[in-house]
Amino acid sequence: MAPRCRCSSRPPTRRCFRKTPVSEAVALRAPAIRREPGKFWIVPPAALLALLFFYPLALIARQAFLDDSGVANAAEIIRVLHSRFFLNALINTVTISVSATAGCLIVGLVLALILAFVPFPGSGFIARLIDTFIALPTFLVTLAFTFLYGSAGMLNASLMETFSLPLPPVDFLYSTWGVVLAEVTVYTPFILRPLLAAFSLVDRGQIEAASVLGARPFRIVRQVILPAAIPALIAGGSLCLLLTVNEFGIVLFIGAKGVITLPLLIYGKAIQESAYQVACIIAVVNIALSLGLFGLYRFAAGRLGV
Amino acid sequence: MLVWSRPGRIALWVLFALIFGVLFLAPLAVILLSSLADQWNGVLPNGLTTEHYTDVVRGAAWNSVKSSLITGFLASALALVSGTWAALSLRLQGPALKRLLGLLFFIPSAVPSVSVGLGLLVAFSHPPLLLNGTIAIVMIAHFVLISAFTFGNVSAGLARQSPDFEQVASSLGARPTYRLWHVTLPLLAPYLVAAFGLSFALSMGELGATVMVYPPGWVTLPVSIFSLTDRGDIFAGAALTMMLVAATLVLLLGLERITKRATGA
Repeated sequence: MAPRCRCSSRPPTRRCFRKTPVSEAVALRAPAIRREPGKFWIVPPAALLALLFFYPLALIARQAFLDDSGVANAAEIIRVLHSRFFLNALINTVTISVSATAGCLIVGLVLALILAFVPFPGSGFIARLIDTFIALPTFLVTLAFTFLYGSAGMLNASLMETFSLPLPPVDFLYSTWGVVLAEVTVYTPFILRPLLAAFSLVDRGQIEAASVLGARPFRIVRQVILPAAIPALIAGGSLCLLLTVNEFGIVLFIGAKGVITLPLLIYGKAIQESAYQVACIIAVVNIALSLGLFGLYRFAAGRLGV
Repeated sequence: MLVWSRPGRIALWVLFALIFGVLFLAPLAVILLSSLADQWNGVLPNGLTTEHYTDVVRGAAWNSVKSSLITGFLASALALVSGTWAALSLRLQGPALKRLLGLLFFIPSAVPSVSVGLGLLVAFSHPPLLLNGTIAIVMIAHFVLISAFTFGNVSAGLARQSPDFEQVASSLGARPTYRLWHVTLPLLAPYLVAAFGLSFALSMGELGATVMVYPPGWVTLPVSIFSLTDRGDIFAGAALTMMLVAATLVLLLGLERITKRATGA
């Protein structure tokens, strides 16, 4: 008699016909998936990235450090790094990004606290509306600020009309502070998002208990809510630093002579002056700064689980 | 609820309305108003007109709307394919390589866009790959800048997906290609749609790299808006900005609806 199943040395039992349970199938099949010749599928996208991104990046570094005959040009690098335009741009970039990040952290924290803990009808909708600002181009805000706070803008016009002033009294837009205010508007959503996510995990019972025991709201914020928010603040803050160091559109649209940041300087040297080597030297500094901040962000986000 | 007293709550809401109004609502409202303004010398515009919009639609600006839409669509589609491809094939690598490559695929999002443009100019301005002055270099710049975001979105989607479905399909004898088309990609669909929407929005607003590489015949919306406002034609710039905002929002809302229908939420 032909065996009806593989374990036919014993009389056929129901055991022979049972289906493999999913958990066992998984255990059996897992090595088979790993044995598939799939390792090389990574090559096309990696090659594309290497050709279109890392190769140009390497050429920037090459052009920055070597002159046309392939000799290291330390003199030119030192000249650029000591030049007034470079140092000014570096100081501007750092000042603007640190101030804008501080502003984003404060505004984001205040908005998130109100949205999460003192909600009002429609606060969910407002939170999503602020979120969509992430998708809008950054220079939009600068353009709007020209109409609001420019020398012929709404604020100046109304102040001049009300107090019959001869000159526009508000004059911060075409300065570092105009750029900072615009960047705070644009990058606050990047703080608000992780903060709201962190706040949604805070135990409401703890807050109510503290408040029943007589703690004032300020103390509850400091002792209960802030400790829970710190990871989100660090991760969001380092992301903001990265984005504000690289911000280009806002500074270009403000168009103030005195406010030149590193990205704007690269654009000016390469496109307006065709000084590619100078542009490449500045780009190397800017890229190094960005990658350092990117590392900080990844470290913070990874460590703190945001 | 953190603040129990009614006056306290109202004070906080007023504070919120003030910050929200000054930082978020006023800019959008004022761009809308100025795109419709006839002349604006005092506090409010002297009259309203749709002239700026008709000018924009008639003139060269319409070409930049087309350039932006085509660039956004092609760059996002390419980024979607390569980002999804990268995220899927990264799962087949060993842990060390996985970490390293995952990081490398993210790095374009951290490099200033002006530098990406500069790099493309330096690399592709001479044979064998002479792309300077072509439309392709604009597409490449957008692709490079948004590819990290598509990769990130798709990877996040993959990480959230339970491996059970694929393993069950595989244990039932589904071949890898069949499994990819009929199990993995359909499950990933909402993340793919979201990634495409974000890429498109980012591409529509991209300025730094585009302003470095664009050829004369392919002026995207942000570059066009910049040259209009730089020339002092800020009302036309505002009208064009409103079209950019409207296009982006319509796109994002549409994609959100598709995603909702796909996930049945």
